[in-house]
Amino acid sequence: MNKTVKLPPQITKERLADLYKEMWLIRYFDEKVDEFFAKGMIHGTTHLCVGQEATASGAISMLKDIDKITSTHRGHGHCIAKGGDVNKMMAELFGRTTGYCKGKGGSMHIADVETGNLGANGIVGGGIPLAVGAALTSKMKKEEYVVLCFFGDGASNEGSFHESINLASIWDLPVVFFCENNQYGMSGSVKEMTNIENIADRAKGYGIPGEVIDGNDILEVMNAVDEAVSRARNGNGPSIIEAKTYRWKGHSKSDAKKYRTREEEKEWRQKDPIARFKKMLLDKGIDEKYLDSLQEEAKKTIEDSVEFATNSPEPSLDSLMEDVYA
Amino acid sequence: MREITFLEAVREAMSQEMRQNQDVFILGEDIGVYGGAFGVTRGMIEEFGPERVRNTPISESAIAGAAIGSALTGMRPILELQFSDFITISMDQMVNQAAKLRYMYGGKGKVPMVLRTPAGSGTGAAAQHSQSLEAWMTHIPGLKVVQPSTAYDVKGLLKAAIDDDNPVIFYEHKLLYKTKGEVPEEQYSIPLGKADVKREGTDVTIVATAIMVHKALEAAVELEKEGISVEVVDPRTLVPLDTETIIESVKKTSRLVVVHEAVKRGGYGGEIASAIAESDAFDYLDAPIKRVGGKAVPIPYSPKLEKAAVPQVPDIIEAVKETLNKRIVTYA
Repeated sequence: MNKTVKLPPQITKERLADLYKEMWLIRYFDEKVDEFFAKGMIHGTTHLCVGQEATASGAISMLKDIDKITSTHRGHGHCIAKGGDVNKMMAELFGRTTGYCKGKGGSMHIADVETGNLGANGIVGGGIPLAVGAALTSKMKKEEYVVLCFFGDGASNEGSFHESINLASIWDLPVVFFCENNQYGMSGSVKEMTNIENIADRAKGYGIPGEVIDGNDILEVMNAVDEAVSRARNGNGPSIIEAKTYRWKGHSKSDAKKYRTREEEKEWRQKDPIARFKKMLLDKGIDEKYLDSLQEEAKKTIEDSVEFATNSPEPSLDSLMEDVYA
Repeated sequence: MREITFLEAVREAMSQEMRQNQDVFILGEDIGVYGGAFGVTRGMIEEFGPERVRNTPISESAIAGAAIGSALTGMRPILELQFSDFITISMDQMVNQAAKLRYMYGGKGKVPMVLRTPAGSGTGAAAQHSQSLEAWMTHIPGLKVVQPSTAYDVKGLLKAAIDDDNPVIFYEHKLLYKTKGEVPEEQYSIPLGKADVKREGTDVTIVATAIMVHKALEAAVELEKEGISVEVVDPRTLVPLDTETIIESVKKTSRLVVVHEAVKRGGYGGEIASAIAESDAFDYLDAPIKRVGGKAVPIPYSPKLEKAAVPQVPDIIEAVKETLNKRIVTYA
């Protein structure tokens, strides 16, 4: 995975700095959520993507506004990277009316259909067929958007994964299947649950390109997605990108992480995608003080989102039966 | 008026809608040149082309999801599922995705799609191709469930289903495909949630669905010979259910028999019976409500056994007579 990575030509230094800030937004958002769960301030459950910021930010940065994404149960990063409003996200986790889903969806169902975030999904692999359907609309209505479909290593063992990729392949649909291989589906390690080296190798079985990348290297993510998105947009069909990464936190709030070692966790923390990106930016001559100020701004934005959420009203009981049918 | 078959009425409803609305398309297994397992889409690929009559691989989860995803982004897909039994393979997509997206997303987004599927026994296809599983779908908030019984109804209900902004499960009983009826050539819509009194009567109400509507009508003819006047109510849609029409009928006749082909245990008949039990029509009942449904057995292959597994006309006649012979005795 030690490829020489060049920047996609359309990416300016300013854009890179934005992405750096965005990655911090994602990290601070999920760390804040983690803290609230630990304190019992939020109920239900949540899945955090701390350590996986480069996949969300890198991949989505290569999309146009018209493009769409489908996300997963570990979807806060995807939502933020797609331009999601952290106030509405935090409010949703607090179950408030100002949340993205008016308090009806919670962490696993944040969506913003109008801006092309077709939603997180509580069913592993559940969003993959939906991405194919959205790509079908793009093709049939000639809307020229691409769908970026996030899924995890666990989802690649679901039937919906195989059915959907085959369907997208035979119909040449504009969809990029982006696997965030964070090494574990809950407690099941990818080594234990599959008998192949790379999930992207499965692309061969469907007659589409598959590529394995370092998911903690944002530039590598950007390059791979840029290429796959262009291919899809030009009518050359889908592809699979497998980004190897790691979730620093447990699967959900109740995870004692007995299935992996602390040493392994430490190893991956040394591959921190944000720290690596910072080093790259410094090498490009971007001022460290400026980068630190972006990080501070991100922190403040998340703190503000908490204030927004906690000051927002809870839903009225009248809203219970609303929105079941259109 | 001209007569066409139930099957032709389904095809006509789809074709007329597709001529008018470019967003409507159909996808499913073998629906192209083959014309679908039952021939419903025959000729459609020739008229509309392979882009709008999309022949799919045998991937019920992906094609259901593709329908949902396309509906969520502006299309109005009609998904033909070859046999309603295969909904088991689409279940996650229909139940966890289609039915819930709008609610989970706080009212943003809609899923205007129709899942059309042949259901029921009587073709000798045995246990995995003959079930009536509609009660499952009625249990899921967010879905609508339609079960037409005549050529006229199927055309109007299918238009309403396609026009609806929600996911609609549309059951077509296989044995009804060849039945004929008067059907106007022009488009018309029958609102979802409106029952139809298929025969008026005064002594007992039979609420029957799909093919059982015809069996109930046959039973009514027989019973009339014995001086028993039967009213047959066809709910046409299970969700939403027109309880008002059923309640009015029961108030008039004071007796209720509910008939469906689906296994009686856990069947939708229980919902209809309890709707009456919970309504003020309960006070009008002169006899306990009687439910007639399929036996709790997988549909067998042998024609003799297959027939015995689901209600037949004599079973309905017997149930009607039982309600007439049994009276609720109240003690002053």
